[in-house]
Amino acid sequence: MINDVWILATASLVAISCALVGVFLILRRQALMGDAISHSVLLGIVLAFLISESRSLPVMLAGAVIIGLITAWLSDTLHKVGKLQSDASIGIVFTLFFAIGVILISLYAGQVDLDQECVLYGEIAFVPFDTIIWGSSEQGLDIGPRAFWMISVVFVIVLASILVAFNRLQTVAFHPSLALSLGINVVFWHYFLMTLVSLTTVASFDAVGAILVVALLVIPASSAYLLASTLKNMLWLAVIYAQSAVLIGYALAYALDSAISASIAVTSGVLLGLTILGLQVHKIRLRRQGKATLLEKA
Amino acid sequence: MQEWNLIQQPGTWELLIEFWSFEDMNALWVLMGSILLGMSASVIGGFAFLRKRSLIGDALAHAALPGVMMAFLLFQTRDPLVMFLGALTSSFIGFFLIDWLPKNTKIKPDTALAITLSFFFALGLMLLSHIQGLQVENKSGLDKILFGQAAAMTQQDITLLAYVTVFILVAVTAFFQKFRLIAFSAIYARSLGVPVALYELLLALLIVMSVVVGLQLVGVVLMAAVLLTPIAAARFWSDQLTTILFLSAFFGALSALISTQISYLAPAMPTGPWMVVSLASLFLLSLLFAPSRGLIKRYWQQRQLRQKVSEENVLRTLYKLYERRQFEQNDFNIADIQALRSMPTDMLKDTLKHLCKKQMIRESMRGFCLSKEGLEIATQLTRRHRLWENYLNQYMDLPADQVHSQAERIEHILTQEQEWQLEAELKNRKSDPHGNPIPENTEGMSRDK
Repeated sequence: MINDVWILATASLVAISCALVGVFLILRRQALMGDAISHSVLLGIVLAFLISESRSLPVMLAGAVIIGLITAWLSDTLHKVGKLQSDASIGIVFTLFFAIGVILISLYAGQVDLDQECVLYGEIAFVPFDTIIWGSSEQGLDIGPRAFWMISVVFVIVLASILVAFNRLQTVAFHPSLALSLGINVVFWHYFLMTLVSLTTVASFDAVGAILVVALLVIPASSAYLLASTLKNMLWLAVIYAQSAVLIGYALAYALDSAISASIAVTSGVLLGLTILGLQVHKIRLRRQGKATLLEKA
Repeated sequence: MQEWNLIQQPGTWELLIEFWSFEDMNALWVLMGSILLGMSASVIGGFAFLRKRSLIGDALAHAALPGVMMAFLLFQTRDPLVMFLGALTSSFIGFFLIDWLPKNTKIKPDTALAITLSFFFALGLMLLSHIQGLQVENKSGLDKILFGQAAAMTQQDITLLAYVTVFILVAVTAFFQKFRLIAFSAIYARSLGVPVALYELLLALLIVMSVVVGLQLVGVVLMAAVLLTPIAAARFWSDQLTTILFLSAFFGALSALISTQISYLAPAMPTGPWMVVSLASLFLLSLLFAPSRGLIKRYWQQRQLRQKVSEENVLRTLYKLYERRQFEQNDFNIADIQALRSMPTDMLKDTLKHLCKKQMIRESMRGFCLSKEGLEIATQLTRRHRLWENYLNQYMDLPADQVHSQAERIEHILTQEQEWQLEAELKNRKSDPHGNPIPENTEGMSRDK
């Protein structure tokens, strides 16, 4: 029972952090960059682990942020220097990083506490068993799962960034050229956002794996994008969509005996589908009403 | 997972020899299959790249996953054809979704791609985890399509792979003209009466097919790179579409060769990642060393241009100094030059050294003087500079104080013909807007010769 609570709490924090960051990704038209960073973060984690031989929180976060920023910078440079389309340069960089990550995992299979499976699914079901012990290892206090604390830290960082820099982020997201003319450093905020994406993906890695995090980044935020009219609304809606996906997905996973993380991602997709369906029906009804009033007038 | 260590095994060399003597027929088949796949995927990916849809392959490969799982759930078999058809169906649904979302909702094309990709992948993983919990036969190996494993391919898999890839290559050859037309200008193609929508659909079908047969070799996650990286690498080598396509097919085949080799030597190694790494290395080599667009060549050209410009600047400064002394004293030092043109001393010394070597200037009492050749070129540059100033002043109505900086740039690139044209336009002007005389052309000597 207590395990279910830990799993749900972790999943909720993952989904909400992803949704918040995803809102800005979508508005900045950087959804594919989110995809790329979430893939290449794998390399960051593996390298951080191989170099430091620890899974401590700061090391993992630092590794992921560095690799995430390198991915963003390299794609940008390749686009400018190599004169390639920007999505092509993103594609080349992240597939390479991900490939190296997978190769390193299979080379050091015995040493790295990672395998190809957990890259894909994450291991949210095992989250409660990997706990942090406070104090000495014999008589320390068990303060709960590692993954939970990691995503909590990241969640606080994401939330604080949004609260503190709300106006800046808003201007940069909606009017990049206005921001530039106001003297806002758009490049800085771009890489700031990429840092947030890297932090979120690495913290979500344990729970949902490298690829499903893309779904959590993009899908709830897109659902919110369809309905919202202001940035504040969009953020709230994205959080609501993410939380509903977690609750329904968890139940679905129980019913079908399927992976929890995949089920949550699928549920968020289904919610998006329902939203689109609703909007489509609404549109058709509006059109019909419009026709009817036109006919009446005629 | 099987633990494998390259150092422990008894002789990588023997395995290599065994492989290349083709005792193991299966290894040969896998090799042929992967080379065919590398070629067809690179060629068809080339068209996606030209249509500016480089990452479509990524989305389609991810979208194939639920189809494979669904086919297995429904028919309880691992017959390659059934898997193929399942994957084809779900990839196609993904393809239409990517197209439909931006057209009918507010969602932007790149977001639509990311949504489709991640949703289908999640669905596939959900089904896979569900299957793994079921009590059914031969479910093991289904997860191999995530990262690809050449060694795990069966004879049937390879036969299907060969048919499909050959079909793709033949189709591309047959419709090459049409595809090329659409790739470069769909609007023009439409105006010629080409059924563009039909050919786009055919192209999509071919992309989906190559992605789907590639799954077992390269895997869902990395299939995008096989479509994208070869053409991006080949792009640096040529401007001719046919050359580029042949080259990218070659890159695809080469990387397939390398990766199957590694997969044969170390069966625990997934093939896909190695293929991607070898492709990326080829890309990096092309980016750096390609003969006309490579970075090194471009850097070299830029350096040469910069050097030429600074040489010409110094020559012109010397001319101006000479002119101020009423063409009597031809002997200046570095301080004189720097008084007229701000240039870092190191760079100036370097440039002077180069000019000495080319015998444009000679060392003299105070420092340097223009040689005969140097004076000719300096005169010509000054002439072009002042002609251009006049042109701007007269035809563009630019005031005299604004013409200098533009002329400063164009003097380096004006050609002899343009000089003559300017001369003809501006016959009556003997001096530039600042009142300096336009020097006569000396003996018709020109640096363009």
